[in-house]
Amino acid sequence: MPSIGAALSRPLGLLAELTHRCPLGCPYCSNPLALEGRAEELDAATWARVFNEAAALGVLQVHLSGGEPAARRDLADITAAARQAGLYSNLITSAVGLTAKTFAALVDAGLDHVQISIQDSEPKSADHIAGYGGGFARKQALAAEVVRHGLPLTVNAVIHRANIDRVSALVELALSLGASRVEIAHVQYYGWALKNRATLMPTRAQVDRAVAAVDALRARHHGRIVIDAVVPDYYAKYPKPCVGGWGRRSLNVTPSGRVLPCHAAESIPGLEFWSVRDHALEEIWTSSPAFQAFRGEDWMAEPCASCPRRTEDFGGCRCQAFALTGDARATDPVCHLSPRHSLVEALAEEREDADYIYRR
Amino acid sequence: MNEPPPSRIVELEACPRLPRGVRLVHNEAQGGFVLLAPERVFKADAIAAEILKRCTGEASVAAIVDELATAYSAPRERVLADVTALIGSLADKRLLEL
Repeated sequence: MPSIGAALSRPLGLLAELTHRCPLGCPYCSNPLALEGRAEELDAATWARVFNEAAALGVLQVHLSGGEPAARRDLADITAAARQAGLYSNLITSAVGLTAKTFAALVDAGLDHVQISIQDSEPKSADHIAGYGGGFARKQALAAEVVRHGLPLTVNAVIHRANIDRVSALVELALSLGASRVEIAHVQYYGWALKNRATLMPTRAQVDRAVAAVDALRARHHGRIVIDAVVPDYYAKYPKPCVGGWGRRSLNVTPSGRVLPCHAAESIPGLEFWSVRDHALEEIWTSSPAFQAFRGEDWMAEPCASCPRRTEDFGGCRCQAFALTGDARATDPVCHLSPRHSLVEALAEEREDADYIYRR
Repeated sequence: MNEPPPSRIVELEACPRLPRGVRLVHNEAQGGFVLLAPERVFKADAIAAEILKRCTGEASVAAIVDELATAYSAPRERVLADVTALIGSLADKRLLEL
C-alpha cells in the first residue's frame, strides 16, 4: 500500500511566539516565568524574514502562538507573510481579542487552521480556570466563525484535576463546535504550572478513568473527530519524546527573537541561545550552542545511554529533568527506569485544594 | 497503536477532495511531496502523491483508478486496492472528504 508518514529529517515546525501578552490568567501558563515585554517584540518584517528562512530550512508549518497572538495588531500581516513563505499556518488562540472582522482578515491573509483552547465544558468553571469572565462565550463565537469560513478547527482542552472528570463532555463540546480534531492535553508542569502543581494534579484514579474514557470516545467517534491525547507525565511509565527529540523536529522563536529548541528551554541554566536579530535561522539550527546541547545521544547518561528506547523517547524532557533533579542531563524522572523516579511518584501524591495562583 | 478498521466503504462514484486546511505540497528540503494538515505533516511516497494529486473533487475514485492503471501499466485490481485503502484511511483521519 502507498505510504504516508515516513520519517523526515529536517525541522518540520516553527512555533512563533508573537507576544507574551495575554488577557487570560491560566494557572498552568506555559510561557516562561520572565516574560518579554511589548517593546522587545519582533516586527512583522522580521517575522517575514524568519518565515522565509524557515521555509528554506525545510519547515512546513508555522504555529502562530503567544501569549495571545491576537494581542498583535499586525497579526494579519504576519499571517500573510507565513502564507507567502509557503508555510502552513496554524493560529493558536484563546479566542479573546479576535472579532468576526479581525478573524476574517486572517482568513483573507491565507490562514490554514485554528486551534482554540477551551478550559472546561462548563462555562462558569471554564471562566474561573482562565481567570477571565466571559471567555467561554467568546470561544464559542470564534469557533462558529472558523467553521463558517470553512477552516478546520482543533479544540485544545488542557486537562487537570478540576476538569479531568469531564473529558467526555469536552470531546462532545468539540464535536458540537464543529472541530475535526481535539487535543486532550494534560497539564505539563513547567514554569508557572509548577506554582499550581498541587492544586492542578489529578489523582491516579481520575487519570485511569480519563484514559479509559478517551479510548471509548475514540472508538465511538472514529472517522468523525481525531482525538489526540497523551498520558500525563507524572503517571506515565516512560517519558514523552519531548519535542520529538532536542533539535530534531522543531524550533521555537520567542517574541524578542531568541530561538529555542523547545518553549521551556530557557528554564535550563547555562544554555546559550542565539537570536534571529543576529543570525540566520539555518545557522542557529545547525550551530547554536543551545541546539547542540542535547542533540543526538552523546550527552546521555545511564540508564538512557544504553537503553533501547533512547531512539524513541530521546531520554524524555530536558526541562523536566532539570526542574525535578537539578541536572538537565539526567534521565527524565518520569521514566520508571530513572533512579529518581520516586520523586515523581511522591509529587503526584501532593495535592491541596487551594485557590489558583493566576498568571497576571 | 494499530489503526482501527475503516469506518466507511469507499464508493467508486465518490469524488474525493482535500478539505480546506489540508494541502499537498512539494518540498525540496524534505525531498518530495508532503501532505500538510492541522498540526500534522505526512510524507507522501510517489504513489500516494500521484493519488492525492488527483483528489480534486472532480475525478471519481473509479476514474482515478483507471487513469493510474493506464499510466503505470498496473493491474486495475491492485491499483483499486491501493487507492481505496489510502483514501479510506485518510478520510478517517479527516484528511480527505468523500
